[in-house]
Amino acid sequence: MKKEIAIVGVGQSAFVRGYPGNIRELAFEAYKEAMEDAKITPKEIDATLLCSAPEYDKQRTPAGLIAEYLGLNPQPAFYVESVCSSSSTGLRIAYSLIKSGLHDTVIVLGLQKMSEITSAESQERMGRGADIMWEAPFGTMMPAYYAMYARGHMNKYGTTEEDLALIRVKAASYGMLNEKAVYRKPVKLEDALNADMIATPLKKFDCCANADGASCIIVTNKDKAKEYSKKPIWILGLGAATAPINMAGRDTFTGLRCAQVAAKMAYEMAGVTPNDIDVAEVHDCFTIAEMMAYEDLGFAKPGEGKRLIREKETYKEGKIPINVDGGLLSKGHPIGATGGSQIRTIVMQLRGEAGPMQVKDPEIGLVHNIGGVGIYGNVTILGR
Amino acid sequence: MSPFWGGKIMGFEKFGNVSFTSQTKASAFVDFLEEGKLCATRCKNCKAEYFPPRADCSACLSSDMEWFEIKGEGELITYTKSIYAPAGFEKDLPYSLALVSFGDLKIFGRLSKSLKDEEIKIGMKLKANILKLPGDRITYEFVAA
Repeated sequence: MKKEIAIVGVGQSAFVRGYPGNIRELAFEAYKEAMEDAKITPKEIDATLLCSAPEYDKQRTPAGLIAEYLGLNPQPAFYVESVCSSSSTGLRIAYSLIKSGLHDTVIVLGLQKMSEITSAESQERMGRGADIMWEAPFGTMMPAYYAMYARGHMNKYGTTEEDLALIRVKAASYGMLNEKAVYRKPVKLEDALNADMIATPLKKFDCCANADGASCIIVTNKDKAKEYSKKPIWILGLGAATAPINMAGRDTFTGLRCAQVAAKMAYEMAGVTPNDIDVAEVHDCFTIAEMMAYEDLGFAKPGEGKRLIREKETYKEGKIPINVDGGLLSKGHPIGATGGSQIRTIVMQLRGEAGPMQVKDPEIGLVHNIGGVGIYGNVTILGR
Repeated sequence: MSPFWGGKIMGFEKFGNVSFTSQTKASAFVDFLEEGKLCATRCKNCKAEYFPPRADCSACLSSDMEWFEIKGEGELITYTKSIYAPAGFEKDLPYSLALVSFGDLKIFGRLSKSLKDEEIKIGMKLKANILKLPGDRITYEFVAA
């Protein structure tokens, strides 16, 4: 495993409903925490990558605005977008900017203030994350697309609504422990099963919570990493892939092809297998998305993901702890901030700093971050 | 001028319950719907077939395309019944979205409200039906074959 590029600072704002400030102030919260974590000053940052889905922002071209507010002029700043996986894509670009020698240290700042627009407007924009010409005219939105995958998975493998509800019960049990989560209450199995239907078979608790939030990751080269940090966390593997935006172009409806391809790339680059992963964060925008991730990442064979959750193997004490920070389901999903938040969780786990959510002595962690309904797949493997 | 799109790019805004696209070289799709035909496109050079229809072939880079009608029975791949809708679609609720295969092509659309919930099964046979909507709009849906 090559240890060339490292993460030396992580930060995250609380994920909340209706952040009482603007996007530059939201960005500052995550940035301040990451900078204090890395114990470096703004002049040591060589570039700012701002990661978000711009349709939620009233501010045009926020990268410049935020770089100024963070005290990062005159260094370059630019925008990175792959909807919900924007900040994992940001990490990939930061890696290449540093590996190329163009920069030493780069920040990946993810953010979303979803409450700048109403929930209905937000759903309409999310629907337009799919093909606006051939699918949106039928009245599509994210829960419906993932519901179609859930239906496909249930039909082929016998996965049940209860299996999906168990994933939410797990997420909620950890969201309660996470001070930065938007949803901090427990969810009982029967409440999840009896909740309002959104798009069959997905119900209210199968869907993640919208939230406002920001995340910040500081990435640097080998020499600087050793200078800045006693516990640098190394980027060991990066995988990224795409799949057709149209459902009509897809070839599987029980998993996400982009995640499968990205996982294979990341495992190969890191020289590890699914068995080597000690802790993982997966993109559970819906419960079915976590179920598919178990299988797409190779933690379970296709169709056997349900056994992992039934046997509690993805709990903190299980064989492969997954989303022990509450996941998108309970921690919340501020689109552009999500990947960075997942990366932060794994960095803290590998450093042994995850507090009540700490998994026992993990050495290698994985982040699975998806954009759209499987348009963009990013898998990142980190190690200490 | 290409015989495929004939220089006509407007008219697509009539497609679907709510449209987000007006200009496209594939606007003849709507004209075919008006004639009662659901059409896909085929590359005249390499014979690659496309649904959704497209004006350009990504397999051989040709833009010499032709239309052909999708006929016969399809098979339901997966579906969902939406209880909530995005802005602009609330009055249609509830409605079911589906993906249906017709040979090698797959088509996304709504299931007809004539289908009862208990009849809907993955693998069931369906056919396309052209549906006129209020306000001079037009779409297609899937009905029992």
